Amino acid sequence: MSASKLAGTAHLGGTVSQAPRLSGRRVAILVALILIYGVIPIVGNDYWLNSLIIPTIVMGLAGLGLNLLMGYAGLISLGSAAFMATGAFATFNLLLRLPILPLPVVLILAGLIAGLGGLIFGLPSLRIRGFYLSAPTLAAQFFLTWLFQTYHWFSNNSMSLVISAPRLEFFGYDLSSSRGRYLLVALTAGLLLLLAFAIIKSRIGRDWMAIRDMEVAASVTGVPIARRKLQAYVVSSFFLGVAGALWAFAYLGTADSNTFSLDKSFQVLFIVLIGGSASLLGNFVGAAFIVLTPIVLDILVPVLGLDTYIDQGSIANIEPIIFGALIIFLLIKEPDGLASLFSRTIRALSIWPLRR
Amino acid sequence: MTAALMVRDVSLSFLGVRALTSLSFSVAQGEICALIGPNGAGKSSLLNVINGVYRADSGDILIDDQLFSHPTPARAAKIGIGRTFQNNALFRRMSVIDNVLTGLTRQGKAGFLELAFRLGRYSTEQRIERAQAEDILAFLDISAHRDAIVGQLPYGLQKRVELARALVALPKLLLLDEPMAGMNKNEKAELSQFISDVNRQLGTTIVLIEHDIGVVMGLSHHVVVLDYGRKVGDGTPEEVRRNPDVIAAYLGTRH
Repeated sequence: MSASKLAGTAHLGGTVSQAPRLSGRRVAILVALILIYGVIPIVGNDYWLNSLIIPTIVMGLAGLGLNLLMGYAGLISLGSAAFMATGAFATFNLLLRLPILPLPVVLILAGLIAGLGGLIFGLPSLRIRGFYLSAPTLAAQFFLTWLFQTYHWFSNNSMSLVISAPRLEFFGYDLSSSRGRYLLVALTAGLLLLLAFAIIKSRIGRDWMAIRDMEVAASVTGVPIARRKLQAYVVSSFFLGVAGALWAFAYLGTADSNTFSLDKSFQVLFIVLIGGSASLLGNFVGAAFIVLTPIVLDILVPVLGLDTYIDQGSIANIEPIIFGALIIFLLIKEPDGLASLFSRTIRALSIWPLRR
Repeated sequence: MTAALMVRDVSLSFLGVRALTSLSFSVAQGEICALIGPNGAGKSSLLNVINGVYRADSGDILIDDQLFSHPTPARAAKIGIGRTFQNNALFRRMSVIDNVLTGLTRQGKAGFLELAFRLGRYSTEQRIERAQAEDILAFLDISAHRDAIVGQLPYGLQKRVELARALVALPKLLLLDEPMAGMNKNEKAELSQFISDVNRQLGTTIVLIEHDIGVVMGLSHHVVVLDYGRKVGDGTPEEVRRNPDVIAAYLGTRH
């Protein structure tokens, strides 16, 4: 009743949309799609695909998983790699023990199993807030990797505890070439990116951000806090699980639980911080930084002639120091991440001819 | 006449410090009731008890003559109690429209998969929510700032966004904690007008905390005066103004 009264007082029309402005963005998306799914698979050689592009996309996907939790819902996790490991071991076992399942189904199931892990280790978030949440997620990191190392069933009783990629195929298409693995990774990442976009634009994403910005006000406003927090852990772990499976089988080929150590969790965390918290595409920029910087440093050392002054062992130690210093420098210069630097640059370019 | 809100014998203490002592009063349907009293009188604590942020030591809260048992913020939102806070409690990094849409989140029925894959009830609900939010933005005259990030808006507009977020679900009872704190005279007059419009056009019962006596006398139908957690005055603005206890406690005694 009161609603109709209100509608009568002032109705500006609910759909003042921003449709006409979007055409430029549509073109950009189209170009990106052609580049990613058409040009790169054709022109990319094995080195580029294997060593640069595939790890960047997979780690970007992992960053996306953590970013949904940290950047959007404002919850902390130091156990990202544990959920990646869960996804990898689940994929291995599903492919091995249920060979009738097609690869996409296996990846989804593996993600759901990782999501279940996220649900369990997310439960403390209902009682613990802020920085202290790092403790239960750290527990996930150590417990899950211990689990996969101790119970040999998870690695099919292999002596080395290493899991190797079964034949990757999709309805008869062999995906074990670098091009095939690239397409698998790029397609999975593209679909999950769409899913993440839909989620954060929906009521779920709004509620996550409300909890992040002010939890008390969110609960007074009617946000179901507990359900949304657990959903954040499940969704985040789902993404991380799929990323872990791809890391193990589409990038490395073999993996064990050391592949997913605390170091990897911190890498995922840095991807989020460098790429930009509460950004989707930023994760892939952050991942590119994490993957490419060590390679660039490797190339730069001989180019600058540093190897003549310093011995090899010291260089191996200096590189991570330079890498760490670069991260600190970036976070000081660009606290909102590279994503904001990029969007500023694009905005500046789009009005550039008018400013001169 | 049913009471939109009845506070019955409510006491609250923090670690032995009494914030509210056997407090009772009622607010009639469609009324604007002002809570006044010096700092620390227990006004904000009382609002926090009414919408379940705090749990009272004893006493009852009745909404529309129904006992509101085991109050929590979520249940309060569900039975139609809207609330704004003393210091703006907005979602600062979200846009104005997203802040307001959050006020509708509990009316949604679509499940997780419907929302994530944009299936089923998603699009209908999305359209209805949008229209409701746009109506409230228009009503409070902030449509132009729809896509602005809330943290970057001036204070007066932020207060209006917070009001919009509390109002969008059309609550029966609206609790406003110092909505005009830190505003200048013009901003206060403008917001008073909005509050009075909400009350008259939407029929919302309003309980508000306010320090500006001029605003209180002009806006409210009913004034409750608190001092040290006790009620020292209750009546129309005129009655309260003449009450010697109130004058002593709140406005100060003349020497």
